Amino acid sequence: MNNMPAILVLAPLLGAFFAGLAAWIQKQLSYYIALAALAVSCVAAVSVLADVITSGTMQYRMAGWAPPMGIELRIDLLNAMVLVLISVIAFVNLVASVQNVAREIPDRAPSFYVMYLLFVVGLTGVTATGDLFNLYVLIEITSLTSYALIALGDKDRAPLAALNYIFIGVIGASFYLLGVGYLYITTGSLNMADVAVILTGIQGSTAVLTAFILCILGVWIKMALFPLHVWLPNAYAFAPVGFARVVAPLMTKVMVYVMVRLMVTVFGMEYIFETLHLADAVVWLAVIAILAGAFTALFQKDLKKMLAYIIVCEIGYMVGGAWLGNTLGMTGAILHILNDGLMTFALFLALGNIIYMRRQTVFSDLSGLFAAMPWTMAGFVLAGLSIIGVPPTCGFFSKWYLVLGAFEAGAYHFAAALIISSLVCAVLFFKVFEICFFAPAPGAQGHHVPGNPQPPHDIHTAGNLQPSHGHHAAGHAGAVVMAEAPVSMLAALGLVSASIIAAGVYAGTIVDTIILPFLQ
Amino acid sequence: MSDILALIVAKYNFWLYIILMMIGLYAMIAKNNLMKKLVGMNIFQTAIILFYVSIGYKHGATLPIIQGGHGGHSAHDVVIHAADYINPLPHVLMLTAIVVSVATFGVAMALCVRIYQRYQTLEEDELRMRVSERITHE
Repeated sequence: MNNMPAILVLAPLLGAFFAGLAAWIQKQLSYYIALAALAVSCVAAVSVLADVITSGTMQYRMAGWAPPMGIELRIDLLNAMVLVLISVIAFVNLVASVQNVAREIPDRAPSFYVMYLLFVVGLTGVTATGDLFNLYVLIEITSLTSYALIALGDKDRAPLAALNYIFIGVIGASFYLLGVGYLYITTGSLNMADVAVILTGIQGSTAVLTAFILCILGVWIKMALFPLHVWLPNAYAFAPVGFARVVAPLMTKVMVYVMVRLMVTVFGMEYIFETLHLADAVVWLAVIAILAGAFTALFQKDLKKMLAYIIVCEIGYMVGGAWLGNTLGMTGAILHILNDGLMTFALFLALGNIIYMRRQTVFSDLSGLFAAMPWTMAGFVLAGLSIIGVPPTCGFFSKWYLVLGAFEAGAYHFAAALIISSLVCAVLFFKVFEICFFAPAPGAQGHHVPGNPQPPHDIHTAGNLQPSHGHHAAGHAGAVVMAEAPVSMLAALGLVSASIIAAGVYAGTIVDTIILPFLQ
Repeated sequence: MSDILALIVAKYNFWLYIILMMIGLYAMIAKNNLMKKLVGMNIFQTAIILFYVSIGYKHGATLPIIQGGHGGHSAHDVVIHAADYINPLPHVLMLTAIVVSVATFGVAMALCVRIYQRYQTLEEDELRMRVSERITHE
C-alpha cells in the first residue's frame, strides 16, 4: 500500500512535535526540523500528484479501517493539485521568511515554527481528507494555529485582530459543524463519497437543504466572502509577515477548495443547480464581493491592507465562477485557486521583503523602492500584472475561463464585474508603481532638482541624505541606495515569479490533465 | 396553534439548541465586555454539542455497552439489537468538538490577557478609543 498520502499529512505533525522538543536543546534546530518536515511533505505531495495523474483517485484507509466506518484520505486530481500548492508554498515561505521571523519574533521563533507546522498539518489534512467530521476538526486545527500566529504580530493591534477573528471563525466553524450534524441525521454517514451516494435518493428533503446552507455559510465565513469578510483585513495586516505570507495565499484558497469539494463531490452539481435555485443569488453576491473588495482596496493607504482587500475581491471571482453552473466557470474557479495562490504568495513575498528593509508599508514610505529594491519590485510588478490579468501571466487564463463561463451562463453582470475589477486593480497597482518609481525618495526632495531626471545612482552620490525616519537603519536611509533584501528572499520571489509565468504558459495543460478529467 | 405546540414538543431538543445558540450569538454581538463575548461564544458552541448529543438518543435504549460480552460467552453469542442501544457515534464526535472548543476558549483567554496587559481594559468601546489614540500618537 502506498503510504504517501499519510506521510504528506503526518510529516509536518511529527515535525511539529520534534521541533518543539529540539528547541530545548538548541533554538536553531527547530527551524531545520521544520524545513526537513516540509521538504518530506513536498516530495510526498508531488509523488501523490504524479500517481493520481497516472493511475487515478487514491483512497488511503487510516489505520486500515474501511470506510464508511474508518476515516479515509481520498485524493483525486483536484486535491492532489491543491496539496502540491500548499506544501510547496509552505516550504518556500519557510526558506524565505527565516530572517523575517528572526527579526520580528526573535524570542518566540521555535514556537512560531511549531505552530507553522501545525498550520500546514491542518491545511493538508483539510485538503486530503474524505470525511466530513474530520474536515471540521482539521479546519479548527488550521484556525487555532492561525489565531495564535496572528497574535504574535503587531504588539498593539494583533491580539485584538486575532480575537475578532476567533469570534467570527468560531461562528463559521460551528455553522459547518451544525450542517454536518444535519447530514449525519439524514444519511447516517460521515464519509463524503458514502454521503453523496445516499443523498441522491433524498434530494427533496428540507433537512438536506438546511445542511447544505449551513455548511456553505460556514465555509463562506471562513473564506471571507464579502459581507462576511470583516475579520480578514486586520488579521492579515497585523500578523507577523512570515505567517501573513503563507496564510494569505493558502487559508482562503483552501476554503474555496472545501466549497468546491462540497459542491462537486458531496451534494452534487445536479442537486445544487437543478433542485435548488440559489445560483443566481450567489453569483450576484459574488459580483458585490468583487466590486466591494476592489473599491475598498482602492481607498487603502497601506500596502498590507490593500493586498488584504484584493484577497476579498479574488474570493468573489472563485465563488462566482463555481456557482455559474457550467464547466467553464468551475474550471476557471479551480484554476484560479492555483493561480491566485501563486499570485498572492508573490505579492506577499515582495511585501515581506519591503517590510524587512523598510519596516513600513504606508504608501508615503514606499518612494524610491524601484531604485532601492529592483529585484523585489520586479517580482511585485509581475504579480501585480497577473492580478490585473495581463496575458502571459497566469492570472489572465483563469479570468478568461471565468469570463467565458459567465457568457455561457448568461451572467453578464459577473463578466462586467470581472472586467471592472481588473480595471480597478490596474489603477491600484499603477498607483503603487508610480509612488515607488517616480516619487522622490524620503529626504531627497531638497537635493533633487525637478525637471532634471537623474539616474538613481546619481541621486545617491548627489549629497548627504538625511534619514527621514529615525528608526531606519543607516544603510538605506536615503532609500536610493541599492538596499535589496537577502538572497534567500529574492530567490523565493524569483522562483514564484517564474511559476506565475509557467502556470500561465501551461494553463492549457493544467486544465486538460487535471481540471477537466476531475470535473467529468 | 396546537399544531405548532405539538411540533415544538415533538422536537424539543431542536428548539432548545436553537434558543441556546441564539443566546450565545446575542452575547457575542451585543455585549461590550470581551469576557462576556467569550462566554457567549462558549454557549454557542455548547448548544451545538448538546444538539449532537441529543440526536444519538433513542427512547428506551441504554448505554452502548454489550452486557455479558466478556467472560463465559463471547460477544458473538449475544444477540444485539441496535434499537436497544443509543448511538454512541455522535457522542464520540462531541468529545473531539469539546476539545476543540476548550482549545479555542484557551487561546481566546490568552489573547484577552494580552489585551488587558496592553490596554488595562476589556471593554470594547474603551479599547477602540485607546487603539485609535495610539495610532494618532504615532
